[in-house]
Amino acid sequence: MQIRREDVDHVADLARLSLSEEEREKMTRELNSILGHVDKLNELKTDGVQPTFHVLASLKNVTRKDEVIHGLDRDRALQNAPSQKSGCFAVPKTVE
Amino acid sequence: MALYYKSAKELAGMLSRREVSAVELTRAALDRAEQVEEKVKSFVTRTPDLALAQAEAVDRRRATGETLSSLAGIPVAIKDNMNTFGVRTTCSSKILANYIPPYDATVVDRLNAAGTVTVGKTNLDEFAMGSSTENSGFFTTRNPWDTSRVPGGSSGGSAAAVAVGEAVISLGSDTGGSIRQPAALCGVTGLKPTYGRVSRYGLVAFASSLDQIGPFGRTAEDVALALSAIAGHDRLDSTSAPVPVPDFTAGLNRGVKGLKIGIPREYLAAGISPAVREAVLRAVEVLVGLGAEAEEVSMPHTEYALSAYYVIAPAEASSNLARYDGVRYGVRAGEYSDLVDMFSRTREEGFGPEVKRRIMLGTYALSSGYYDAYYLKAQKVRTLVNKDFEEAFRRFDVLVTPTAPSVAFGIGQKTDPLAMYLEDVCTIPVNLAGLPGMSLPCGFAAPEPAAGVAGGGPTAGDGNGLRLPIGLQIIGKAFDEETVLRVGHAFQQATDYHKQRPALDAKGGARQ
Repeated sequence: MQIRREDVDHVADLARLSLSEEEREKMTRELNSILGHVDKLNELKTDGVQPTFHVLASLKNVTRKDEVIHGLDRDRALQNAPSQKSGCFAVPKTVE
Repeated sequence: MALYYKSAKELAGMLSRREVSAVELTRAALDRAEQVEEKVKSFVTRTPDLALAQAEAVDRRRATGETLSSLAGIPVAIKDNMNTFGVRTTCSSKILANYIPPYDATVVDRLNAAGTVTVGKTNLDEFAMGSSTENSGFFTTRNPWDTSRVPGGSSGGSAAAVAVGEAVISLGSDTGGSIRQPAALCGVTGLKPTYGRVSRYGLVAFASSLDQIGPFGRTAEDVALALSAIAGHDRLDSTSAPVPVPDFTAGLNRGVKGLKIGIPREYLAAGISPAVREAVLRAVEVLVGLGAEAEEVSMPHTEYALSAYYVIAPAEASSNLARYDGVRYGVRAGEYSDLVDMFSRTREEGFGPEVKRRIMLGTYALSSGYYDAYYLKAQKVRTLVNKDFEEAFRRFDVLVTPTAPSVAFGIGQKTDPLAMYLEDVCTIPVNLAGLPGMSLPCGFAAPEPAAGVAGGGPTAGDGNGLRLPIGLQIIGKAFDEETVLRVGHAFQQATDYHKQRPALDAKGGARQ
């Protein structure tokens, strides 16, 4: 499959990367080169093969008791925030 | 032998007999770093004050007659993608340049409980994506055997630190070979445990179904000691396996008599340098000489593993790295017009080229219309790769392969992303299957001429006897690190490749 420049624009938008014009051109070439190698997968017939999303097949629905346990307190959770206000993370206004 | 080059095993004995104090040992490691760090650049952050405080605490506890763990007082280095409470953790990324974790990773917690001394946080390829540390957002670590060459990656700083005596043990993480390949290139021993053996809580996630933390040491025995300290179920990581943890040092001396070793022929095929192939086959002969039985085996899906990995790992990474949005932590872009623009500019400025490439690749593979063709297909191929291992392990106790296709390459030599990805062709299948794999030194070779690469030709030392380490990979059954370590230990009892030290500050390859 060929990846086109429009695909790169679309994917960059999905991934929230404001790539420069130059990066977009380069990315188109490089992704095609990598995906060209990945196309090797199509040499294999995989009808009826189950996918492996995870190797620890024995682990299913790992849960714990529904009890309150101590987490990070607010000051620590906020200590790395680029911007904070009134004990919250501060971000640009999103609704008018 | 210099104190900083002794094994953790030997140092533990010296510490418990009070022949050396933890503070003296720590000073030896810190002084060594002071001496070589400018040339090697293993560390993003060094923590001498923390190290000395921890060492003093160990000495105080020992003075009261307390029985301490065998790792108490041993200098360790931690890859800078594992959270350390109050100590900057960057993942070698500009986007986390100022991040101070509010908690310790479980492995750090367990090392602290064992009384180890943290000497610093080591350099890596940004977010562990790469095989040379050249993708670090800050600087490239140098291979102590030849500082014009890469140490391998992504855990290049952790491998170099142990190779050069800045730490006795270090921790790395391995998603596609990031412990084993730098261990090979730096001439040290590095183990990627079984997926689920070691808690990933506090390890900054790259590809969650593949990532695993493991130790570096200068001997298999030291690696076994370190693994015993960090392994085991953790309620904070739901993918850590609730299985018993043995004392990994207990069975090391049982030898390899009667052990069945498989040699997958696909791992010795095209792309592997003749020197590496010869060294691996010679290592097999050593093991056969010790009583093991070796036989060739075919694993026909091996050649598809790399392609499957370069869909699965970027897909998981694109999801994991969505969290870097400049809201809760990390560096936020200086100028933006609105919220979405803030996300996009923060990520544009904060991520390096390889991270962006993998996010793009992964986002594409998961996007509408391509999910079945790429992501689902790759996960099905993963099943086939894993079945090759299942079948091989019905006949064999361990598999033996090269770790990396060649010895350390020059800084700046591999500019094509795909050429760099091929560095991990022998290690990636092991991550897809979640198996334990260890690399240890099995020989030395002269550098290879870099064909067709301008400026990448012979470097200082060529023709003057420059020798670079070769790594042997031992792959085991799931949760059978014991056998992998036993084979490695037996090999190291019979050989002295692991006793060679880089001639960083001495002429002509110091032999210890």
